Amino acid sequence: MKKILYFLVLTSLVFSMSGCHLQHINEDEDEEEQTLTVENPEFYNRFQGKGISINVYNWGEYISDGSDGLLDVNAEFTKLTGIQVNYTTYATNEELYAKLKGGGASYDIIIPSEYMISRMIKEDMLQKLDFNNIPNFKYIMDKFKDKDYDRGNRYSVPYTWGTVGIIYDNTAIDVPEDEIDWDILWDEKYADSILMFDNPRDAFAIAETLLGYSMNTENPKEIKAAAEKLKEQKPLVQSYVMDEIFDKMGAGEAVLAPYYAGDAVTLMDEYDHISFAVPKSRTNLFFDSLCIPKSAQNKEAAELYINFMCEPDVAYATTSYIGYSTPNEAAFEMLDDEIKENGISYLDDEYLKNHTTVFVNMSDDANRLMQDLWTEMKSAQDNEKNKWVVPIFMLSCVLLSILILIRRAMKKKKDIF
Amino acid sequence: MKKKLISAPYIVWMAVFIVVPLAMVAYFAFTDGDGHFTLDYIANVAQYTNIFVRSIWLAAIATVICLVIAYPAAFILATMDKKHQSTMIMIVMLPMWMNFLLRTYAWMTLLGNNGIINRALGLIGLGPYKLLNTQGAVVLGMVYNYLPYMILPLYSVIVKIDKMLLEAAQDLGANSRKVMFKVVFPLSLPGVMSGITMVFVPAISTFIISRMLGGGSNLLIGDLIEMQFLGNSYNPNLGAGISLVLMVIVLLIMTIMNQFDSDDEDRVLI
Repeated sequence: MKKILYFLVLTSLVFSMSGCHLQHINEDEDEEEQTLTVENPEFYNRFQGKGISINVYNWGEYISDGSDGLLDVNAEFTKLTGIQVNYTTYATNEELYAKLKGGGASYDIIIPSEYMISRMIKEDMLQKLDFNNIPNFKYIMDKFKDKDYDRGNRYSVPYTWGTVGIIYDNTAIDVPEDEIDWDILWDEKYADSILMFDNPRDAFAIAETLLGYSMNTENPKEIKAAAEKLKEQKPLVQSYVMDEIFDKMGAGEAVLAPYYAGDAVTLMDEYDHISFAVPKSRTNLFFDSLCIPKSAQNKEAAELYINFMCEPDVAYATTSYIGYSTPNEAAFEMLDDEIKENGISYLDDEYLKNHTTVFVNMSDDANRLMQDLWTEMKSAQDNEKNKWVVPIFMLSCVLLSILILIRRAMKKKKDIF
Repeated sequence: MKKKLISAPYIVWMAVFIVVPLAMVAYFAFTDGDGHFTLDYIANVAQYTNIFVRSIWLAAIATVICLVIAYPAAFILATMDKKHQSTMIMIVMLPMWMNFLLRTYAWMTLLGNNGIINRALGLIGLGPYKLLNTQGAVVLGMVYNYLPYMILPLYSVIVKIDKMLLEAAQDLGANSRKVMFKVVFPLSLPGVMSGITMVFVPAISTFIISRMLGGGSNLLIGDLIEMQFLGNSYNPNLGAGISLVLMVIVLLIMTIMNQFDSDDEDRVLI
């Protein structure tokens, strides 16, 4: 019994210690509850009482869920329109793609990133939107319309946008913020304290920028050179992660990590020792946009949902909750000046124009090459260990076979007697 | 006839959820995106040889460590006073009540550079050592997570060994070490075999342990397969190819293992 008690104490200790990194932000802010005002409520009435439901497939932690005094977006939508929302989440664009390609799942709303949108358009997986049902598209800022990934915005309505930058621990790094650039991630001073993207597209983009190539290059030579650059960085990298950076940076496990600006805002709200630098050379500008896949059952209801997401109040709740920047003009106006001018979420137009690149979908060949090089880079081992693994493995195989033979021989001998 | 009827539900289950998926894995592995026959994917698996070797290596180490830890534990459990046995078994099982991910996650907090272990070592002026994101951490994660799967089959076999056999051996002049190695261990071999299978097979195909504790740079086969299906490289045919090769390897290893097993079982039966 004593042992059980001891065990329980130990586990609760572990949990309380890991728990402190998991806590959600903004618990101390008790602002007044946000209320929803819609310009034209009658517009949403057409499905009232028909018992319709839509399936929404979104990124994890990517919608306002009613905490922090903000709107519970899905609940408000159901209240307003009578349409039920079945809400599920995914972690990567590729997971979303695999789910849709695999069939068997039907979604009415998905929110892929720009390069995935252009791939899906190319593979005829998305439906054209009927903008008569999405009058709130007028709120989207002009500079975020008509981008390369979806010329003319026929298939997508921007939901959030952001840039990639460098999250760093300001107690460990004494380089001034405006001098930080990608090369700091290759600085041996910070060996074993650097985190790196665990997805090839973002990781290669950084290496390619450093080498002066385009992030969308399909030239095999340039992609290979970028892979070499990443290999060079590998000994300095503590681990390849995605959302684990919240824990690792928060707990001071690591001091440098490239990541998305919106998540940096969330982290900085929580921890004083975290800062964010916008790379002075060039960075990736990304969009996550609302789309309707071909398999959608209720296109019109889905369009209502898109329109609802563009309501200024809803877009405001979204951007305030998730920390990513909003392309919605009216919602942007509602934000505090502090956020508008923090130099992280809303970069000036000059920077956006001259120092950012939007991903486009790459050819299958380039994709495959990048993927193969990535796997190779990640699975490459230090030479020292590699030297021993194979010989010992082979030796044990041989020993095992000999042992079996000996046993067999012994058994036979026994049978004779 | 009656026996057949009773087993019908399982046979249907097996056909639908085991045989058909296996056939589909084989189908995907030998065809390209358009359904034409190709050996390319299987051939391409060769470039991941080092990942295979590493997976087998780490899983083998974890299995051996599990066996070394579990055997004495299972023996003590089995020979313990009956009253306490069920309590102790419960303690062995206790970690399994917690979610697998959570258990592994807890190790991240323990092993990190600012983790509890390094902080404790820091108090006495040692370290910090790099514990997390190493192969050692991956092996530790495997041992920690799969240890109960080794203890339980061992326990259930050892507990059934007839006490009189041990007494007979002692009467015939065997000292306790001889009893252990000539009587108890051979009799418990079936348990050893199923324990090894139950640890080795999940350990070789795990992907979450290596991702969480290996820092993403100690890829195992499981990670590779996951990348083909849910990850960035979306290539189900190659993923199926890798799975198939893995299955063949496991089959081979298990067959070799069973060589041992059948030998000794015969002797037990005689």
